[in-house]
Amino acid sequence: MALVVIALTLVPMLYVFVGGFRTTAQLNNNPTALPSPWVWHNYQAILTSAAFWQNLGNSALIAAVVTVLAVGLGSMAAFALARYNFPGREGWYLLFAVGLLFPANVAALPVYLLDLRLHLVDNWLGVVLPEAAFSLPITIIILRPFMRAIPGELEDAATVDGATRLQFFLRILIPLSRPALLTVAILAFVTSWNAYLLPLLVFTTPSHYTLPLGVAYFQSTYSQDTASIFAFTALSTLPALAFFAFAQRRIVSGLSGLSGSIRG
Amino acid sequence: MTDLRGAMAAADVSAAAIAPPTSSERRLGRRSRQLDELVLLLGPALVLFVGFVLVPIGIAAYYGLYKWTGYGPLSDFSGLHNYKVILTDPIFRSSLIHNVIIAILSLIIQLPISIGIALLMNRKMGGGSFLRVAVFAPYVVSLATTAVLWSLLLEPNGFVDELFRAAGLGGLVHFWLADPTIVLYTMFVVLTWQYIGFGIILLLAGLQGIPSELREAAAIDGASAWQTTRHITLPLLGPTIRIWIFLSMIGSLQVFDLVWIMTLGGPANASSTMVFYMIFFGFHSQEFGFGSAAAVILFIICFVFAVLYQRYVLRRDTEGALTRAVR
Repeated sequence: MALVVIALTLVPMLYVFVGGFRTTAQLNNNPTALPSPWVWHNYQAILTSAAFWQNLGNSALIAAVVTVLAVGLGSMAAFALARYNFPGREGWYLLFAVGLLFPANVAALPVYLLDLRLHLVDNWLGVVLPEAAFSLPITIIILRPFMRAIPGELEDAATVDGATRLQFFLRILIPLSRPALLTVAILAFVTSWNAYLLPLLVFTTPSHYTLPLGVAYFQSTYSQDTASIFAFTALSTLPALAFFAFAQRRIVSGLSGLSGSIRG
Repeated sequence: MTDLRGAMAAADVSAAAIAPPTSSERRLGRRSRQLDELVLLLGPALVLFVGFVLVPIGIAAYYGLYKWTGYGPLSDFSGLHNYKVILTDPIFRSSLIHNVIIAILSLIIQLPISIGIALLMNRKMGGGSFLRVAVFAPYVVSLATTAVLWSLLLEPNGFVDELFRAAGLGGLVHFWLADPTIVLYTMFVVLTWQYIGFGIILLLAGLQGIPSELREAAAIDGASAWQTTRHITLPLLGPTIRIWIFLSMIGSLQVFDLVWIMTLGGPANASSTMVFYMIFFGFHSQEFGFGSAAAVILFIICFVFAVLYQRYVLRRDTEGALTRAVR
């Protein structure tokens, strides 16, 4: 049973990966044969092309900045909403929670129109700022219960030692929250990395494209060269898969934390 | 504690000569410092959120009332004309139906399979980690990459067709993406491939929150595995399942990437979805007023669904998170 599941999920990706080692002619003649001989020039051409690395670099830069923004601003807001008492606090929290109800794809066109007004079209900020904003609700919703659970005695002890609340936040709370912070960071990063619609609307120059855009663009430009498309697609899955293999424990524990915190 | 109070009293007495701040003034000072801190902590996130999540909604609502192609000022006020066109457009209606079909199929096909696999994976821990990685892997690959990948696999006489023929099921081969009657279901299969891992992991996480003592106690009381599952595990998994359903429904309403890359809504709009409709007729054709109106309609649909769902289904699970103050 497990084998069936693994086969269904992994074989398609393996197939594309292996297919990149054949020529288009071979693929057209016999789609399911193994490479013989192993053809390197597809992968070689892509790994030496500017386009692939540009796309990769754009995706990486954007995702990194989005993550820093979302986690940085989100943790500050979560701290305020978790450990300060002020009138209307739950109202502010509800405001962020409501943001979860606005799916990014639906908002993409209006966000594009906003970018138009702000002259941010074809500008990486026009993608970074909205993506960070849309990651804020889930970040805050995951972090707040976590920050709340940290005992108040720690904060009192810090105050007695002369620390301000902000110093408590930076020096004690943040290091303690590292597991949760890692989880929300991974979520924000992956969401940004895989985003397709908003970058599609905002970017008009191919050298600004992110990786998902690049893959689709490559496919439509070189639609006859099936083998190259296989290679490009396979290569573009590698960063995500590598990242995931490294981070998978965090993601799973994060998801169980999410369902736990929602359960009560 | 007494030391502190004693120290403060001493300080008060000794500083009396220099007119120290009264206790109410000190409280006000503390409160304004708290306000500063709050603004610093909460402010930036709020500005970013309001600016890039809430403001666009307002923009969409406003632009939806105009005919605008992006150049020059907003001058062609058309009121509710855009909305009327969209809501009476047969293509939009069929897009809506397509979204609903995907949502329903997710519920009756993906959910049981996900629960089943999660239950199985919870039992046997052998090869657990690798299995989990394998199952979740498609989710981290972007939808766009998945779209290209499966376009290649589903080509006529491509990998999938060859596989069917090799298994002796040659009669089942169809034009997966070119046949209007099945293209939507093909998309559903690809969507399932992409997302089922996420669902399984979510359910697994929920399962692992159920203490095994409960299952052991049931076994001691003589319950069979099936009875245990049905009367103990599944009900306790309820909150997680309801979250799964919520995420799945919202996701079904948003399908775009696959459609745009694999079929462009075709053939003959047989696979068009609402977001695709909005982008194709509202962006691609530079009719931004029209697109904005579509966005507003979509917002309303998602919002109504989410609020209704939260009220009637999730209420008992998320009490305190979204409905009432916890403290």
